[in-house]
Amino acid sequence: MDTISQSVVKKDHGPKISGRSIYVADYPSEGVLCGRLLHSRLARARVLRVVVPELPEGYYYVDARDVPGDNNVNIVLDDMPVFCRDTVEYIGEAIGMLCGPDEKLVERLRDECRVEYEELEPVTDLRAATEAFFSYSYGHGDVDRAFAEADRVYDEEFETGYQEQAYIEPQGMMAEPEEDGRMYVHGSAQCVYYIHNALTRVLGCGPDGVRVYQDVTGGAFGGKEDFPSILGCQVAVAAHSTGKPVRCVLDRREDMECTSKRHPSICRYRAAVKGNRVTALDIDVVFDAGAYSTLSAVVLQRGIIAAPGVYNIPNVRVRGRALKTNTVPCGAYRGFGAPQTFFAVEMLMEHIARDLGLDALAFREANLVRQGDRTSTNGVYHFPVPLPAMIDEIDRACSYRKKRLEYAAEQSGRWRRGIGISLDYHGAGFTGSGERDIIKAVAKLHKYRDGTVEILASNGEIGQGVRTTFPKIVARELGLPLDRVFFCHPDTARVPDSGPTVASRSLMVVGELLRRAAIRLKAEWVNGEEQEVEEHYREPEFQLPFSLDRFEGDAYPTYAWAVTAIELEVDTWTGNAKVLGAYADFDVGTPIDLNVVTGQMEGGLLQGIGYSSVEKMDHDAAGRIRSNSFSDYLIPTAKDVPNLKCMLHVEEYPEGPYGAKGAGELPLVGVPAAYLAAMEQALGGRGLRHVPFTAEDVIGALAKEEG
Amino acid sequence: MDRLQEIRFVLNGKEASYTGSAADRLLDVLREQFRCTGVKCGCREGECGACAVLIDGLLRNSCCVAMGAVEGTSIVTIEGYRETARFAVLDRAFAQLSAVQCGFCTPGMILAAEALLSAHPHPTEEEIREGLSGNLCRCTGYNAIVNAVKSAAEEGEGLW
Repeated sequence: MDTISQSVVKKDHGPKISGRSIYVADYPSEGVLCGRLLHSRLARARVLRVVVPELPEGYYYVDARDVPGDNNVNIVLDDMPVFCRDTVEYIGEAIGMLCGPDEKLVERLRDECRVEYEELEPVTDLRAATEAFFSYSYGHGDVDRAFAEADRVYDEEFETGYQEQAYIEPQGMMAEPEEDGRMYVHGSAQCVYYIHNALTRVLGCGPDGVRVYQDVTGGAFGGKEDFPSILGCQVAVAAHSTGKPVRCVLDRREDMECTSKRHPSICRYRAAVKGNRVTALDIDVVFDAGAYSTLSAVVLQRGIIAAPGVYNIPNVRVRGRALKTNTVPCGAYRGFGAPQTFFAVEMLMEHIARDLGLDALAFREANLVRQGDRTSTNGVYHFPVPLPAMIDEIDRACSYRKKRLEYAAEQSGRWRRGIGISLDYHGAGFTGSGERDIIKAVAKLHKYRDGTVEILASNGEIGQGVRTTFPKIVARELGLPLDRVFFCHPDTARVPDSGPTVASRSLMVVGELLRRAAIRLKAEWVNGEEQEVEEHYREPEFQLPFSLDRFEGDAYPTYAWAVTAIELEVDTWTGNAKVLGAYADFDVGTPIDLNVVTGQMEGGLLQGIGYSSVEKMDHDAAGRIRSNSFSDYLIPTAKDVPNLKCMLHVEEYPEGPYGAKGAGELPLVGVPAAYLAAMEQALGGRGLRHVPFTAEDVIGALAKEEG
Repeated sequence: MDRLQEIRFVLNGKEASYTGSAADRLLDVLREQFRCTGVKCGCREGECGACAVLIDGLLRNSCCVAMGAVEGTSIVTIEGYRETARFAVLDRAFAQLSAVQCGFCTPGMILAAEALLSAHPHPTEEEIREGLSGNLCRCTGYNAIVNAVKSAAEEGEGLW
């Protein structure tokens, strides 16, 4: 293995383990106003009046009237307000903010605010929703003809639920007016420039009128991609209006109810099969966007591009819609639309194989894409597709094929076992031409006179290790010891826009810019001088331009690959399922740090198991999320999956630093299908079609059998 | 609930007192009055363990402890524990295995490891997982943390 893969002590280890790291809630409270949001209690209503109690000296109420610029938090479209306009569109929407020095008093005053509503009829059921924020379709081949000529035709519908990111540090942002009139906004976030750009609109100022800094961030997983722009604008408006620093840290229930999560989905798949080949897929994908469009456009794009899975299907028709409901807006969560469609396509393959009397894995292998094949959007798989080798590696690690046969025998005892497998990829980097046309990343290296080198980039450490892996790359190219290269949390007053910390792109895209910058700096190096070099993104030459209008071209330059197997045992008396083993093989290219990558893979795999099993969140007919705490929304603990094993299969990517590809999201994507396939086998082969599949679902499925 | 007398306790080895309400949360008092910001607030209802401290050697979620209950006790937070030889062993083990990702659960996790190793100096993997099960981590999948505690138990032979 490449020497760069050897693990080092992470640069942020010391301050974090000793409790010295300052997260946004940790700054002293003296002179800082505590902000608490007044949320809508109705899913859809006209707000007639807000009766604010008499406020003591030093306490303030701010709302849309205090927004100095444009009351839009720009994310993709301009529909999300900072504070509500004349209507509220979901339970939890911010109407205004109470601010003052004493947190308890602020909360009491907030609770005493009386909102007069004219209630309107909400749409809370995705199946009843009709308004599409985004609607796309694409395809190739002759789908109708393939169906006409098929031996067999299948038609199935799959559903997935919300998933809450459940970062342990709740959302929090702080705004401080500076003496020169500039607004300084900082907090727990992934994308400082998203916040920066949103603030200029809301405050009605130029780019120099604001400065955004990422504080130490206690987990994000996508959950701190869009929401910090909203909360950042809210505290900035409050700070602008009161002239004082304002901090708002959400409490856990508020965070779970009111901030973005993974889109619930309904995917309908029709398949045409001839022999052991799937000849056509006709796919309809529906995502529940919630009340505002936020990131749904891009989540949906990734979801529908992945919809045909890792298979070479000659005829494909895909339609995708992100529908508006009067519920919390959904946004980014690790996998970004792909876990939903991969779940559907992998379960479909499982079901077709069973119907044909074929082994589910052998059936998948017969339909796999290969290097050089066309992608779903008529791009090309330019690089090796290592799935066959990875399947063998997984089989050796957990005796998948042997157990699969063994558990297929009829089971009638209290405890029943199953094992399932799934195959998936994650397209590395932004979807489509986003890197080239929208992000246009820039990264810099600054060399000081003493020969230390600072990395200037806007990507944030969120636990994934960029404060360590970026310096490793630069130190290696410059031939410097690691402690001579450093990377601080990004501050938009100091760093160029190298894009957001999303889409498994930081290491692959920005890491490569830094590697190139380091090569240049080394060539230009002059001892004792301060020097700076800058690198700009350029699209790899082999990449076929992507057209979003036609959904055609290379949606991603390359792909990270995964094979996931889950083995479980179901207690038919209680419905509880115990994961006996979670085994996964990941190709993320060269690991820039073995421990860092393993940590990402294991963490993502466990989040995927949670998504498939216990992490159930939904809303009632009124649109209210009831599972809003860690008592009601369970995430896996240290005891739940002791046997969790990840392996790495390395296919180097020539355009990534030392062959690295995108990594962070991949491990979650394939888990739901592997989990449910295992469950299906344990329960005797009935067709299961939704996740999470909880203990209640097990009992329900067994009751049907008895009934 | 208001009281006139002060509440006395030992915090990280030093005498400390509190004159506010006996109903106030230990978590808030530690963070605000004593600036022990290594004690993190993740849920404020005893579910996540980010605010865990040791009270007379036992692991407690400080969000669920009223100040009135700490009179006469000895409290250790990460700010005190990081000065100990035992911490140094855990620190090395967590560093070697990169068991810290976002870091928000880490101070509580370290104190949970201390409570576990005090009770079981030679823990089995199952005991480690049980001992850490009240502390949620969303980043790691727990393997690195469990292995780090295992390694610390071996490296710190005789310390616990």
